[in-house]
Amino acid sequence: MGQTHLEVLKGVNFGVVRGEFVAVRGASGSGKSTLLHILGALDTPDKGEVFFEGQTIADFSGRKINEFRNKKIGFVFQFYHLLDELTVLENVLLAKMAGGSAAGWLANSKSAKSFACQLLGELGLSQRVSHRPFELSGGERQRVAIARALMNRPDVILADEPTGNLDSATGNGILSVFEKLHSAGQTIVMVSHDEKIAARAQRVIRLADGKILVA
Amino acid sequence: MYDILLPIKFFLRRRITIVAILAVALCVFTVVVVMTVMNGLVTDFADKNHAFFSDCIVSTDSLVGFGLYEEFIAHLEECDFVASAAPVISTFGLVESESSGKNAALDLMGINIAPHIRTTDFADTLYYRKSMPALAFKPLYDVSLPGCVVGIDLLIERQKSGQYRQMSYLPAWSYLVTCFPLTPKGALAKTGTALAANSGTFYYSDNSNSGLAKIDSAVVYLPFDSLQTLCGMDVGAKRTSAIFIKFKDGFDIDICTDKVSRLWQDFIGQRSDFTLAGLFGTVRVEDWKTYRRQTIAPMEKEQTMLVLLFALVGLITVFIIFVIFYMIISRKSRDIGVLKSLGVSKSGIVRVFLRLAFLIGICGAAVGILFALVFLANINRLEGWLFDNFGFQMWDREIYAIGEIPSRAKPFLLTTVAGCAVAACLLGALLPTLGAAGRKCIDVLRVNQL
Repeated sequence: MGQTHLEVLKGVNFGVVRGEFVAVRGASGSGKSTLLHILGALDTPDKGEVFFEGQTIADFSGRKINEFRNKKIGFVFQFYHLLDELTVLENVLLAKMAGGSAAGWLANSKSAKSFACQLLGELGLSQRVSHRPFELSGGERQRVAIARALMNRPDVILADEPTGNLDSATGNGILSVFEKLHSAGQTIVMVSHDEKIAARAQRVIRLADGKILVA
Repeated sequence: MYDILLPIKFFLRRRITIVAILAVALCVFTVVVVMTVMNGLVTDFADKNHAFFSDCIVSTDSLVGFGLYEEFIAHLEECDFVASAAPVISTFGLVESESSGKNAALDLMGINIAPHIRTTDFADTLYYRKSMPALAFKPLYDVSLPGCVVGIDLLIERQKSGQYRQMSYLPAWSYLVTCFPLTPKGALAKTGTALAANSGTFYYSDNSNSGLAKIDSAVVYLPFDSLQTLCGMDVGAKRTSAIFIKFKDGFDIDICTDKVSRLWQDFIGQRSDFTLAGLFGTVRVEDWKTYRRQTIAPMEKEQTMLVLLFALVGLITVFIIFVIFYMIISRKSRDIGVLKSLGVSKSGIVRVFLRLAFLIGICGAAVGILFALVFLANINRLEGWLFDNFGFQMWDREIYAIGEIPSRAKPFLLTTVAGCAVAACLLGALLPTLGAAGRKCIDVLRVNQL
């Protein structure tokens, strides 16, 4: 962390199969968010390797890492991390814009907007497309974040405590969304400290003190 | 597309950008107003000098003058680049008002009225004979009398408004002008053992308002031949102090001055057997700017110092923008982390914030220039209001020979200032932007999740 060296993960080995819904459960400070960030190429491990479809992420160039983050991974954060200056629709479309050129966007903007509206409709946000994040509830913001994560049809959704900032009813609603996505074939890796939430996944990996207890 | 959408959204929706725009606008406003006024004053002053002395001056500082000027003028007028040329005598003498008895040592200028008004803008400086400048030395009340034109500040006090209260009629004032002639060798001429003194009476025929305070407060203009006789410059060989030359339109002054200089060298080279050839060594050929450099240079130096001062203002603008962008980017660090998690590259992050800086620069410059133009359009009215209500005048017109405060901003100045404002914004934003783009995505997001 910063200048201080701290061993967060100690010899973690596991794999995720396409179409799986995996939950990584552990207490606060167990290393579950660090694990997720490494999987999503937001952080780099000091030792070890991360393989994606047979390729080592460490071998990726800067450009390829950006492409990986944009097209292969969809991130859902605990605190949503929506841009306040953009509308709901613009926040979702940001994922598409980030991965292409202005010329590409001009050619495909219509279909992109249509798909974004479809995603928002499926998540119950049709009436909110022109609202800004501060006008939404916590659950609605998290659904916008999920829509943004799905915009580029990623191979994997990485969700870091997606219900951590929500009440239980709203959190259940979000988990239902994940279950629905999973049943449609989406691969999801979710991090949670809550046993009940983690139990909703297909497989649970328990982390304690940087080590896997149950895979 | 995000690198176009995000700068616009940040620009429109962040209140701190208003602060940045105001900072840039204030700097631009200050620079445009001050530079317009200063440049205007310097240009006005330079233009008045140019109008008075014409394009090129062949002159000597020696009170003895130099000869063969009529022959040289004839040579000049054969050149395709010369429009006209006129001889001028510059000397000093005692001028006594015969009506009031007051006397003073003043500068005397002897001019040949016809070529002089062709060569310079002397006609525009006259009052009673403005429409008939050829009659400048013929008093309205009696054209047979020898006239003299007097610098306006010698006769009339300038009002606070900058105007002169001219008399509707020409008063019949007479002046006794006394000169102490010099021999061609530069010694004071003597009559027997006493110093020679030549005097002549001249009648007030007009006043001259050239806008140059030092000239209008010290010079009396006399007919060329009269002054030549008074100061003894017609003894031996006829002499003059200077030749003013006007070039034709479209000819470059520096190039033509060089040509005149070579022409002069050839001229005196072929006349080395002339009795007063020794006087040619003191003669210089200069363009008007060089001739008047001692007067114009201090103002131009002030202008240069102002430019340097405003470069410092520009530097301050850079720092202000640096601080503002540091604040913007600190607050936007979470968004930068999100953008990176979405796959936006470092260069993409840089583009977003530099384009925001560009928008701030353009907007700030536009606002600053707009306010500056409105202020300048009303600056004289504002000064008039301040003077009427508080007695305050930026430049006391009784002291400074200024008419209206210059208020026309030049397009080149506006473009340059706007460009510098944008450049300052880009420069100020660069370091914080590069710093933000270089930070690890996860460090930023982790900090914002705490």
